[in-house]
Amino acid sequence: MLRYLLHKLALIIPTVFGISLAAFAFVRLLPGDPILALAGERGVSPERYAELIERFGYNRPYVVQYLEYIGRVLTGDFGISLATKRPVLGEFQALFPATLELATIALIIAVLIGIPAGIFAAVKRGSWFDQATMGVALTGYSMPIFWWGLLLIIFFSGYLGWTPVSGRIGLQYFFRPTTGFMLIDSLISGKSGAFRSAASHLILPAIVLATIPLAVIARQTRSAMLEVLGEDYVRTARAKGLAPRRVIGLHAFRNALIPVVTTIGLQVGTLMAGAILTETIFSWPGIGKWMIDAIAKRDYVVVQSGLLIIALIVMAVNLIVDVLYAVINPRIRVQ
Amino acid sequence: MKKKLTFAAALLAASVLGGMANAKQLVYCSEASPAGFDPSPWSGGNDFDASSRTIYSRLVEFEHGKTTIKPGLAESWTVSDDGLEYTFKLRPGVKFQTTDYFTPTRDLNADDVIFSFERQWKKENPWFDYLAGTGWEYFAGMGFPDLLKEIVKVDDLTVKFVLNKPEVAFLPDLGMDFASIVSKEYADQLDKAGTRQQFTQKPIGTGPFQFVDYQVDAVIRYAAWDGYYGGRQKIDDLIFAITTDPAVRAQKLKAGECDIMSYPAPADIAGLKADPNLKVDEQEGLNIGYMAYNTTQAPFDKVEVRKALNMAVNKQAILDAVYQGAGQAAINPIPPTMWSYNKDIKDDPYDPDAAKKMLADAGVKDLSMKIWAMPVSRPYNPNAQRVAELIQADYAKIGVKAEIVSYEWTEYRERGKQKDRDGAFQLGWTGDNGDPDNFLFLLGCDAIGQSNYAIWCNQEFEALLQKGKATTDVAERTKIYEEAQVVFKREAPWLTIAHSKVFMPMNKKVSGFVMDPLGIHRFDGVDVTE
Repeated sequence: MLRYLLHKLALIIPTVFGISLAAFAFVRLLPGDPILALAGERGVSPERYAELIERFGYNRPYVVQYLEYIGRVLTGDFGISLATKRPVLGEFQALFPATLELATIALIIAVLIGIPAGIFAAVKRGSWFDQATMGVALTGYSMPIFWWGLLLIIFFSGYLGWTPVSGRIGLQYFFRPTTGFMLIDSLISGKSGAFRSAASHLILPAIVLATIPLAVIARQTRSAMLEVLGEDYVRTARAKGLAPRRVIGLHAFRNALIPVVTTIGLQVGTLMAGAILTETIFSWPGIGKWMIDAIAKRDYVVVQSGLLIIALIVMAVNLIVDVLYAVINPRIRVQ
Repeated sequence: MKKKLTFAAALLAASVLGGMANAKQLVYCSEASPAGFDPSPWSGGNDFDASSRTIYSRLVEFEHGKTTIKPGLAESWTVSDDGLEYTFKLRPGVKFQTTDYFTPTRDLNADDVIFSFERQWKKENPWFDYLAGTGWEYFAGMGFPDLLKEIVKVDDLTVKFVLNKPEVAFLPDLGMDFASIVSKEYADQLDKAGTRQQFTQKPIGTGPFQFVDYQVDAVIRYAAWDGYYGGRQKIDDLIFAITTDPAVRAQKLKAGECDIMSYPAPADIAGLKADPNLKVDEQEGLNIGYMAYNTTQAPFDKVEVRKALNMAVNKQAILDAVYQGAGQAAINPIPPTMWSYNKDIKDDPYDPDAAKKMLADAGVKDLSMKIWAMPVSRPYNPNAQRVAELIQADYAKIGVKAEIVSYEWTEYRERGKQKDRDGAFQLGWTGDNGDPDNFLFLLGCDAIGQSNYAIWCNQEFEALLQKGKATTDVAERTKIYEEAQVVFKREAPWLTIAHSKVFMPMNKKVSGFVMDPLGIHRFDGVDVTE
């Protein structure tokens, strides 16, 4: 198991360097200039421009800039935002809990609905339920997030008034964050109604963010279940007279779980990408909105470091998923 | 005394944190997060709304809803005959805000005023570079480094600005956001503690509201400052709910999650007006959207060609399709709400046949050109791409082929400044201080390579511009600028497209909000009826 883990870790190191290089190059490939973007529409004098370029070191060869950047990152210094002048890591730490909370709830929704829906669709293959589930999943998968979010806001918040439009909690509740997770902080605050308000603010963004992963998980579960349900051991189990629920739950589902867990792991990346749009629509103060703002402002430091931190998190989650495989299926460890 | 103030600050924080039961609260759905709360390093309207207009005050202030100035932290001032010395008498007893992170031991004095400017001006000032790479763009952009000779403390409550040259707009300039007065005592305290960064994160000013808390990208909270020299505000708590999408802001306003919002999308305005709980204030914006020809390149160096192209454009179609009723055709380079606007000037008529003939008479055949379209939406031009398409179609009617080009925003402006730029360049301007020079300088000879995208240096216009700058009498300046507008219209370096209207939707329970011609959002004097 340790060897397996070390092998996986060894793969991560070159990937991290590759991503740091890609993030570094990506932001520089974008048209635009960070100093001019910073100066705003009124511009900056050529003298001051030259001073600032020199100060930030953007006039030096890219190799030197990259090596210096990666050197600082290795000591835990992710730099200071060009736009806000705050440390990138500090901004990330302040905003990430909001994204993590939203992504976690979205993933829970996706798993809790996606897996049972996939199982039932596979068991009742060809039925109206199967067709309807797969139809809805395909629609969900193809739905533009921005449009979908706005549609839900207009209907549920605007027309029915059931949910708040945006934000993380009602503005009447004011307490300084303890954990950064609003559900937990609202409970700790002891203010009556705060938790309920935080939960109600999570509903729409979580549904929007869960839509694509839910569709993918449901489809993957269905296809994995169909494959397993056709296996000889399942037929044998049925022939032995085992209850259908036991056949599906114990024999079929456990074996169908590997590709489903893989899919769930991969959804972490999808959730991060989806968070960018979801957070923008719902004014959710997380890292998605933060990255969008940084790209618009050509904030080199935030973009390159932010992308690297996000990539590190996605890789860490994938590593955990890999370890989970090995726990679920011992054969993987041997391979 | 110090103990008392600390206790008061603690009490304020506790009451805000605890949520005062009967506190009057105003929620403003703002459009973007502020980069920081220091009013001088940044230049975005959202930065100013969140810092300078709420937390800080200036020596002089713009009258609410106007561009005329009135005494602010300076209760009076005198100007020397040669226009080079401005001596300000500071208002006595002005208190800096007392919070849980700062308790002032003295009132505002001349040291604060000098510090507020010198930190933006003198590189040797330790605060010049306290935020890595701050350009102090506004201070530099308004020409203050060249304009200021020295700032002298005459006594604790008297401060004198000595200029290198007369500048008629100096007083309105001091009413601008970058000229907000900050606390030197607070800066010194942070210096000692080695926490300079806090200056922009936990601000201290003398304005109507004091900072309480900022949850990044989400909510800014302020409380009315009891010691405000202009009197305590009617609302207790002011909250900025940062909501970047205009459609979502509109939904929040309708749902009662905010009381007032900025910058509605044109498509949402009718719906907001129809809501029985809401009202929508509107005002002519102090702005202009234009398209600048490169007057140094043939055939645009010929006035008749520029005039012909102007006459080919159907402005009404642009107003209908792009501004959707929220704009008016621009005739002059300054908006009609600005003093010295020349009402007698007539716009070039929309006449494609005459335009075609004028081009032919000028010897221009088979003209191909580029139309530059901004990649961003701005109040003065909500959709430059669509405007470019409409102009392209109009030009086709007179036999001119136009290709639309666009670049990333900073790149766009840099390429536009190049003297050999090919084609006509769309851009616009929003006024800073209500002075006509603040618009007309865009076409000055000195502005070539900076803000003069027409690359137009007309000696007659330039002489008027300089004369206007050196004249203090408003009636005389009005005449000078009226004449400058005649020269502008005759020479047509720009196609003047439109002045846009600005809308401010709010709940009917909000009273006392005054729209500001300079586009800032001020909440002093606002009340909410329960």
